[in-house]
Amino acid sequence: MIVVEKLTKQFKGQVVLNGIDLEVKEGEVVAIIGPSGSGKTTFLRCLNFLEQPTSGRIKVGDIEIDTSRPLNQQQGLVRNLRQHVGFVFQNFNLFPHRTALENVIEGPIVVKKMPREAAVALGKKLLTKVGLAGKEDAYPRRLSGGQQQRVAIARALAMEPEVILFDEPTSALDPELVGEVLATIRGLAEEKRTMVIVTHEMGFARDVANRVVFFDKGVIVEQGEAKALFANPKEQRTQQFLSKFLNHA
Amino acid sequence: MEAGFQFGFGLDFPQLSQQIAETTQLLVDSAPFLLKGAYFTVVLSLGGMFFGLLLGFGLALMRLSRFKSVSWLARVYVSFFRGTPLLVQLFVIYYGFPQLGIELDPLPAALIGFSLNMAAYACEILRAAIGSIERGQWEAAASIGMTRAQTLRRAILPQAMRTALPPLGNSFISLVKDTALAATIQVPELFRQAQLITARTFEVFTMYLAAALIYWILATVLSHFQNKLEERVNRHDQES
Repeated sequence: MIVVEKLTKQFKGQVVLNGIDLEVKEGEVVAIIGPSGSGKTTFLRCLNFLEQPTSGRIKVGDIEIDTSRPLNQQQGLVRNLRQHVGFVFQNFNLFPHRTALENVIEGPIVVKKMPREAAVALGKKLLTKVGLAGKEDAYPRRLSGGQQQRVAIARALAMEPEVILFDEPTSALDPELVGEVLATIRGLAEEKRTMVIVTHEMGFARDVANRVVFFDKGVIVEQGEAKALFANPKEQRTQQFLSKFLNHA
Repeated sequence: MEAGFQFGFGLDFPQLSQQIAETTQLLVDSAPFLLKGAYFTVVLSLGGMFFGLLLGFGLALMRLSRFKSVSWLARVYVSFFRGTPLLVQLFVIYYGFPQLGIELDPLPAALIGFSLNMAAYACEILRAAIGSIERGQWEAAASIGMTRAQTLRRAILPQAMRTALPPLGNSFISLVKDTALAATIQVPELFRQAQLITARTFEVFTMYLAAALIYWILATVLSHFQNKLEERVNRHDQES
């Protein structure tokens, strides 16, 4: 589903990603963990070209983008790819001037040119799915962080993406609201949706992800089956990182 | 004692009532001219705002362009029109252009001048308002596959308008008052009419005060509409 080869990203001479190879299969849930500044968020943002990679190859489904060419020369291709790749932001980034339902149906109507009635039906169904039936007409300001993030997940789902990328989806939430968002993502995992999740929620990564990838200093240090990696990390850097988490927990 | 106290301004009552009658008569006689002048004032204000906004929006898009030269062009435009007196701009257009073979009647000349000037201010206001929208909004729109134009129209501009409306309203009220400058290039607008009547009747104080009051009424009515518009644009803040 996703193939990444030799992906690098430099920012003002500083190497943020240093040759990342990663493959994500259909129906697989991959959790990316690692210390802040390790490049994991940058990597995720490169996958749908919110950041321009410096070099390397990214292929999603049938769409392949040559990262050595300037993105504005292949805008059509990038937009096409983004329609197949949902993205859920740390800070939700809902459109504040649109209601929950309007946020969800915006993509189908504007980008996919879906008829309004069909989009509304889809939007209501998705809001119900994320537990927000009855909140269709609420503006984001009136929703809690957890509710906003669930609207954002519904907005991503509305494009019927082949993959959904989550960038620390619970990091901006009050602790008591984390559970509802994780439960929603867990529900999507049970549907065998392909997802890549950058997260600091270790328990969640262990229980929900099939595979865990540990990033540090712009490279993948270690990856493996989720429960095995948490139980028995092989690399020293992974051990150090995980032990900090266990001590603080 | 009682009578002296009542009319203690050095005016006796018959004289005062006669003055009121004369002033009223003067205002009634000049009303058609003042109203005609106010009509031109409104035309110049609305026209200047409309074309100024249109051109200003184009300039704001140029300022946001990826291409440095396009952005620079808009920057020079804004710098020139904000950095030179509006009165001088009007003179260049009305008195100067004929030397280049471009003869304009007073009203179109004034309309062009006000539009070009307003565009410079509108450009800066719109650019700042668009710039105030956080990156995440652009990214959210991009992440569902929107084009740059769709993103602007559907996500960015509706939010930017909230930020832009109060300063645009201020510029508009300034424009209403600045239209008085058109009197200097023969546009028969409100201030010009007051001048013409004054030249005939020598009722300087009354006529200019009357003109001032009409400007005040126009500005008040127009800012009322501006407030209504702001409420409309902000409605997602109030409603649940």
